[in-house]
Amino acid sequence: MSKGVGVNLQDVWIRFGEFVAVREANVDIEGGAFFSFLGPSGCGKTTILRSVSGFLEPSQGKVLIGGNDMAGIGPNKRPTALIFQNLALFPLMKVWENIAFSLEVQGVGTAARRKRADELLEMIALTGQGDKLPSELSGGQKQRVAIARALCAEPDVLLLDEPLSALDLKLRQHMRTELREIQQRVGITFIYITHDQGEALTMSDHVAVMKAGVIDQIADGQTIYDDPSTAFVASFVGENNVFRGKVKSIDGDSALISTNRSGDLISRIPAGAKGKLAVGDDAMMFIRPEALNIAGTKTPANNHITALVLNEEFEGQTFNVFLEGDGGKEMKMSLVNQGKARQSAKGSSLTLEYAADQAVALPAGELASE
Amino acid sequence: MNIASIFKGFINRNGWGLGSYLLIAVGFWLIILIILPQLSMLDFSFRHHLPPPEMGGPKDTYTFEHYKFLALGAQGADQSYNVVDLGVFVRTLVAAFFVTILDLLLCYPLAYYLGQASGSGYTRILVLFLIIPYWVNEILRAFAFRIIFGDSGVINEMMMTMGLIDNPIDFIRDNIALYSGLGYAYILLMIFPMYNVIESLDRNQIEAARDMGAPWWRIHWRIVIPYAKPGISSGCTMVFMLSAGALAAPQILGGPSSLWFTQIIYQWFNQGGNWPRGAAYAIVLLTVCIVIVLSAMRLFKVKMGDIGK
Ligand SMILES: Nc1ncnc2c1ncn2[C@@H]1O[C@H](COP(=O)(O)OP(=O)(O)OP(=O)(O)O)[C@@H](O)[C@H]1O
Ligand SMILES: [Mg+2]
Repeated sequence: MSKGVGVNLQDVWIRFGEFVAVREANVDIEGGAFFSFLGPSGCGKTTILRSVSGFLEPSQGKVLIGGNDMAGIGPNKRPTALIFQNLALFPLMKVWENIAFSLEVQGVGTAARRKRADELLEMIALTGQGDKLPSELSGGQKQRVAIARALCAEPDVLLLDEPLSALDLKLRQHMRTELREIQQRVGITFIYITHDQGEALTMSDHVAVMKAGVIDQIADGQTIYDDPSTAFVASFVGENNVFRGKVKSIDGDSALISTNRSGDLISRIPAGAKGKLAVGDDAMMFIRPEALNIAGTKTPANNHITALVLNEEFEGQTFNVFLEGDGGKEMKMSLVNQGKARQSAKGSSLTLEYAADQAVALPAGELASE
Repeated sequence: MNIASIFKGFINRNGWGLGSYLLIAVGFWLIILIILPQLSMLDFSFRHHLPPPEMGGPKDTYTFEHYKFLALGAQGADQSYNVVDLGVFVRTLVAAFFVTILDLLLCYPLAYYLGQASGSGYTRILVLFLIIPYWVNEILRAFAFRIIFGDSGVINEMMMTMGLIDNPIDFIRDNIALYSGLGYAYILLMIFPMYNVIESLDRNQIEAARDMGAPWWRIHWRIVIPYAKPGISSGCTMVFMLSAGALAAPQILGGPSSLWFTQIIYQWFNQGGNWPRGAAYAIVLLTVCIVIVLSAMRLFKVKMGDIGK
């Protein structure tokens, strides 16, 4: 497998008039990696991608592809291929003509184009469907044609703008695996955009989490999930219970947070937040639903939380308990279903416990709205 | 039975008031305004040219006389075909064809710009600039063209002061004024159908083609033009039909030696008072225009339904 071509954004700012769509983006994407930008709608993901593909020049900063500065080089001259949010297949061309369009541009003859298109059709498991029109394909098939069309240009970097968002859940999950497989097979750099954290975590080598034009954290999926570096990342990626409070004391990696409603709670300071918390600061503490458990002993401790059970929900593999939480929000606990009949605790108070290293303390900040 | 149920369904869908209004309006439009007048013209074209007292009399029979006249000319003339009228006929169609092509070439870039660069305030102002001149009536516009294209008109004056030409160009005699006038008269009919279609073209398709390395001309050739084909054919059809059938512009802007076929028709109706012959000439013009348009549509694989777009 070739090493692939890397992409670097160096201090990239993109402004539309007064409005700053992307602020100080510094990203290094390794050649051959599957890299995702994850963020809520309108945070500037498409804008970043357009600056890599060349449809948009950054207002400031540099875009490097394979180490070369791309300033002034148009989209038709860059070694990138973009898969659009709405696919943008050419509706009046047959499927095979769509796929081989980049060869047509290069002046390749009809027979050779057809041959290459058929090879790609085989790769995307659509053998023999080349003479259809795009409108005669299903959503997932169109999706794959768009991928084949982009790959036909033999780009060094494939840019994908939420290509799965139009598909239903089942197909989306299937296409995730398929995309990842294709990426590993062709070995080129994939830059993938999504607002779906599941997609980002399952497919990517590295994820950049964005919020309103700012990249909050760049790391591999597990680090993003376990060691978020801002409150936004902690609340945007996966489910999380938040506890607001102030830092009471700090001891190396661990901090004691005096929370507004659950007393003093112990937690870990993740690598990304080290040095950003001081005694007396406003802080937020996050505990994942699966990190909470029913406490064995009732002795109050700095890893015990007592709260009223509001609701319970059986979900097959897990049993979800919703308790009265911080700031009017519900607190969620997920217990693994172990096949034993469980006694309902609805309406009564429960004491929960967690392992100290499963709770993370971060500087107070904006939370994801969902 | 079938028609009755369709009728009932129509009334049920639209309610009594609106339903009967629609039926009456469409019926009136179709029958009174389109079918009846054309049928009566068709009928006229097959009758002899008779003084009023003899109409309906024994001499009032059907005849091909007028069609024969257009093709062969007066009996006993020294040529076996009606060279003059047929010549004008062909020249009119060829000129209308070139006016159509000229308009197409002029309007396509504009329609593309309007359709794709839209969103900005410019486009609305540009459209306004295109529409407002049409408030000026046709006669005034034609005479204004006559003035600016005249020997001492603005255009000749300007070119002479700039030293481009020594003597004024006779735009009228060379029919340049006529072609400009006709081209200008139907520009909107060319722009708007194209603009409508191009506006609905997904911008991402253009960008996708560009991303795959296509230069601008290939993007137009492979993506925009095929997509805009219904609009293009609709615009071309209208411009061609209307220029071939124009009367005021050729009357006012045409050179002394070049008649437009409509002028001959007009002469038969008006000066000659020979309505049957005028009707026959007009029907030949209409039929040939329709045949040309239909063959062009066939050639470019345009469906009839697309024209309505
Ligand atoms: N051409 C433009 N002119 C002005 N503002 C723009 C332009 N393009 C994007 N924006 C703004 O920049 C911000 C980021 O837009 P962008 O399309 O990058 O969002 P996104 O993260 O891709 O969102 P989504 O997930 O909904 O596609 C938005 O607030 C948008 O309004
Ligand atoms: Mg987007």
